[in-house]
Amino acid sequence: MWEYTDLVQEHFLHPRNVGEIDKPSGVGEVGSLACGDALKLTLKVDDNDIITNAKFKTFGCASAIASSSALTEMIIGKHVDEAAKISNQDIADFLGGLPKEKMHCSVMGREALEAAIADFRGTVLPAAEGEIVCECFGVTDVEIIRAIKENNLRSVEEITNFTKAGGGCGKCEEKLRNLLQTTAGEVFEIKAIQSKPQRMTALQKIKKIEEVLEREIKPGLRKDGGDIELIDVDGDFVMVSLRGACTSCAKSQTTLKQHVEKKLRELVLDTLIVEDANS
Amino acid sequence: MKLQADNVIYMDNNATTRIAPEVLEAMMPFLTEYYGNPSSMYNFGGQVGRVVAEARAKVAALLGAEPEEITFTSCGTESDSTAILSALQSFPDKRHIVTTRVEHPAIKTLCDNLDARTGHKHRVTRLKVSSDGSLDLDEYKAALADDTAIVSIMWANNETGVIFPVEEMAAIAKKRGILFHTDAVQAVGKIPINLKKLDIDFLSLSGHKLHSPKGVGVLYVRRGTPFVPFLAGGHQEKGRRGGTENVASIVGLGRACELAAEKMEEENTTVRALRDKLENGLLGSVPRSMLNGNTINRLPNTANISFEFVEGEAILLHLNRYNICASSGSACTSGSLEPSHVLRAMGVPFTAAHGSIRFSLSIYNTEQEVDFVLEKIPAIIASLRQMSPFWNG
Repeated sequence: MWEYTDLVQEHFLHPRNVGEIDKPSGVGEVGSLACGDALKLTLKVDDNDIITNAKFKTFGCASAIASSSALTEMIIGKHVDEAAKISNQDIADFLGGLPKEKMHCSVMGREALEAAIADFRGTVLPAAEGEIVCECFGVTDVEIIRAIKENNLRSVEEITNFTKAGGGCGKCEEKLRNLLQTTAGEVFEIKAIQSKPQRMTALQKIKKIEEVLEREIKPGLRKDGGDIELIDVDGDFVMVSLRGACTSCAKSQTTLKQHVEKKLRELVLDTLIVEDANS
Repeated sequence: MKLQADNVIYMDNNATTRIAPEVLEAMMPFLTEYYGNPSSMYNFGGQVGRVVAEARAKVAALLGAEPEEITFTSCGTESDSTAILSALQSFPDKRHIVTTRVEHPAIKTLCDNLDARTGHKHRVTRLKVSSDGSLDLDEYKAALADDTAIVSIMWANNETGVIFPVEEMAAIAKKRGILFHTDAVQAVGKIPINLKKLDIDFLSLSGHKLHSPKGVGVLYVRRGTPFVPFLAGGHQEKGRRGGTENVASIVGLGRACELAAEKMEEENTTVRALRDKLENGLLGSVPRSMLNGNTINRLPNTANISFEFVEGEAILLHLNRYNICASSGSACTSGSLEPSHVLRAMGVPFTAAHGSIRFSLSIYNTEQEVDFVLEKIPAIIASLRQMSPFWNG
């Protein structure tokens, strides 16, 4: 069960401004049935660019309905330029906060508002020009980068909470991680690393190393006609032997240190040292 | 923290059930004065061991099994993991598992992990279901391979209540020399089971789904089936499951199995009639509502109904205002961002999958409760639809 604030529940049970404005000045439609939530926002704007009325129709959970209701209350009476500054965090704050898994509901509100204002102004939204990263929910890189910057996101999980990207098949996880790294300018602790066990028995360590080699390293090497084999693990020293094309490759030592060792340190234990058993 | 239990209309019995008063009564002495360890040498402990043995016989009786074929575990999930991992360890050369796309996460996630996280050492075939949630026996037969270690197919689906032909499927597996496991967590106590006549090698059940407490389960292991323990440890459960017995809950489960046998008839007449009334009433009074799952082979207590163009969590929270407890296959309630894997496997359209509600009744539900739910739901759906951009009613 979600922990909703009293305000969220109040706006869910008694939503304000439900409906559609006849002959609206601007319309914003975001989301879809397939995604599980959708919002249609209609605005009436007067000659002085003041939003005189706003109505919504929302398909979605309690927090989606509450976010939509809150949004209409926040923008009615505001100048379009002022309304355009409203962020998803402002919507969440208005409701006294949202569960972190539900932040995407506030993002949907902000997106609908932007779309409606763009429609009113006759401009094109930058998000629509982006490249789709998450196929399941149709989220573009532009939207993801913006969510990362605006909300100071620090993990792939947070990106999913805010944008839904990565919440379906999960195939875009690597792309999301790259976007996170390039956008934030540094490598963040990702969940997989946080959960790595620090104290391992020798057997667990060997198994884990084997697993990482199998999953992360070998497929790449094999593509180039090479391979790698685990020879021994002695304390922090991991003896490996390069095979196939790798043995004659001039870059093999660089591969060992910069690729294999880095990956093992990242995913198994940050004190590991990789050595070529043949040298 | 203030808790409340008054006036609750509980229609989520596939999630968990209330502890029967008779069950609690049977348990109490073992939570108070008879706290001895069943493994101890003195009578104060040893007498408790005899009570555990009695409970084992009662569970066996409900299943048509022998007492020594019953191993107590901590839950259905533990029983499921034990069965699958035991089969894989018993036959190290066999790397193939046959299961379905609609299993409970206890099996689904285990198989997904075996498939993906062990460097693809295992292959998993996940059988499709038709739009009414049924399996295709021809597809099943074709899926069995020489290196199939185990078949794991639920007896009844937790979301739709659809019953699978596990008797027939187990017989087919046996002919091929393949072990057969069934997750019968939803079936036990609701439909008659007689393992003596069947070719099922492993069966999992969970105490709290049949009016005994949470934290106790059973794994049935047919006599002669190769077995490798999941929890290694002491000699409890004849070495099949280490760990001191959860005595009070085991005693409770034994009593619950006795009661289940007594109430089986009621489950299939009274409860079924209430379910049918609820289901027909809702389908009749709410436009664009539809039933998910086969109506012929189905548990007597379960109804899974989709209300198109509205979202399940919103429905549940409105029901919550009236203290009505049910569950949904919508994305927002599944803990992920996608609707239930069961409904998706059945090809239920998104317009309906997000708005699915499961009602699961028990012998403790009344006709008044059903009438109350029938009275409240149409207005809830109508008010949410009025708000939905997809509804042109």
